Amino acid sequence: MDRAFRILIPIALGIAVLIAWEVLVRALNIAPFVLPAPSAIWAAFIGDFASLMASLWTTLSITLEAFVLAVIGGVALAVLFSQSRLIETALYPYAVVLQVTPVVAIAPLILIWVGYEHINTALLILAWLVAFFPILSNTTLGLRSADHNLIDLFRLYGASRWQILTKLQFPGALPYILGAMKVSGGLALIGAVVAEFVAGSGTATGLAWRIVEAGNRLQIAKMFAALGLLSVLGIALFFALTWLEWALLHRWHDSAVKKQV
Amino acid sequence: MDLLSLSGITKIFGNGVAALGPMDLSIAQGEFVSLLGPSGCGKSTALRIIAQLLSPSAGHVNFAHGRPETSFVFQEPTLMPWADALTNTRLPLELLHKPRRDADDAAMRALARVGLAGFEHAFPRELSGGMKMRVSLARALAAQPKLLLMDEPFAALDEMTRQSLNDDIIKLAHEDHLTVIFVTHSVFESAYLSSRVVVMSPRPGRITADLSLNPPPNRDADYRMSAHYSDNAKQISAALRDGMERAA
Repeated sequence: MDRAFRILIPIALGIAVLIAWEVLVRALNIAPFVLPAPSAIWAAFIGDFASLMASLWTTLSITLEAFVLAVIGGVALAVLFSQSRLIETALYPYAVVLQVTPVVAIAPLILIWVGYEHINTALLILAWLVAFFPILSNTTLGLRSADHNLIDLFRLYGASRWQILTKLQFPGALPYILGAMKVSGGLALIGAVVAEFVAGSGTATGLAWRIVEAGNRLQIAKMFAALGLLSVLGIALFFALTWLEWALLHRWHDSAVKKQV
Repeated sequence: MDLLSLSGITKIFGNGVAALGPMDLSIAQGEFVSLLGPSGCGKSTALRIIAQLLSPSAGHVNFAHGRPETSFVFQEPTLMPWADALTNTRLPLELLHKPRRDADDAAMRALARVGLAGFEHAFPRELSGGMKMRVSLARALAAQPKLLLMDEPFAALDEMTRQSLNDDIIKLAHEDHLTVIFVTHSVFESAYLSSRVVVMSPRPGRITADLSLNPPPNRDADYRMSAHYSDNAKQISAALRDGMERAA
């Protein structure tokens, strides 16, 4: 009942808004290059289905690749930090510099270095830069948050650093890593889209480029269709990561445990 | 026969606080020694030095026959929340690279001995405070230690749970011929459990009294009513007060 309610209410609202939108656009005779009706957006979506799907695939693959590499790189560097204070002290400030420098500002430079002929590599690097830092900082925090008494206990039984890392620090850091992944997944998508905008060239064929292209041609319905696909992509990513978090934590972590009432 | 002895142990922490000593203490094989004192008397510090989790500022710990297999029970259950009772109990054996099947068998036995048969696959959050402490105890026993160090392990538990764990630890220590060093701030707990009570006074922690109790090997609810027990408690209480006055 409660669950059905929580799903049905937003859906009902969405349908109501769509109907109101359609009716208002028709009744007020709003120009399609200002605000197209949902039916026109749907027609554009069907009409350009093949090219939109190809663009979706481009954006999706760049986002996922950047995200996976960000998780691998962030966790690996955090592990390195946890093992060596020296490396952490040396590298951490530069990781922060990368994070606080807006990706839009770095993008032209990266594009020149990588070259427009490898545009997807440039996009990947830019999306990775945005997605990487939350993983690094949260994993570093998580690895450092291990219970001190448990560390003592591990030492008492002669545990190696590897055993402490794999059996104590890493499982303990898992909630931190999964939380960071939810943030990072969304950021990877944002990074990919922003980088495409900056690249602004015909060789980039992702959804952001479709939006720019359709905008230039005043195909507003197609812009909406591409925009809708971007939202769906972001939502799917978020739900997938939320599910992963639940699957890995629900047996033991307070954040994922359903309270008994 | 001494199992271990402390000679001239002092501990001054990095912030300049003199926590302990100098402290001299010999502990024989099979003794159940309580370190009793108010908080801040360095009893936990002494325990950590014996466990070699902390190094003393001066003095040394001597083990007559090399360092015995040692287990440590903390005030908190200190379990891994992502692992079930069996995995938590198996931990010391896993760290010592014992074969998985032997480790599992030993962990199952240890859980059964502390009354948790059937709870092998329960996660810590599914267990009560007393049961979590029992898992912690099972983990300590699974390592088959000769020396068991306990740092106010039952202080956070309710009175009933605490008494039943007290009975269990006496029985288990007896069965395994364990030497136990038990840190507590409870006069009654030390009187019930120990064959010997070492009373300490604070800032810096020093030994002010060393009492032998000769308790019967089997203790139960009746023993808590006996004259022997209450005399012991009185004697310990007096020594504690005396030590505090001298320190003040």
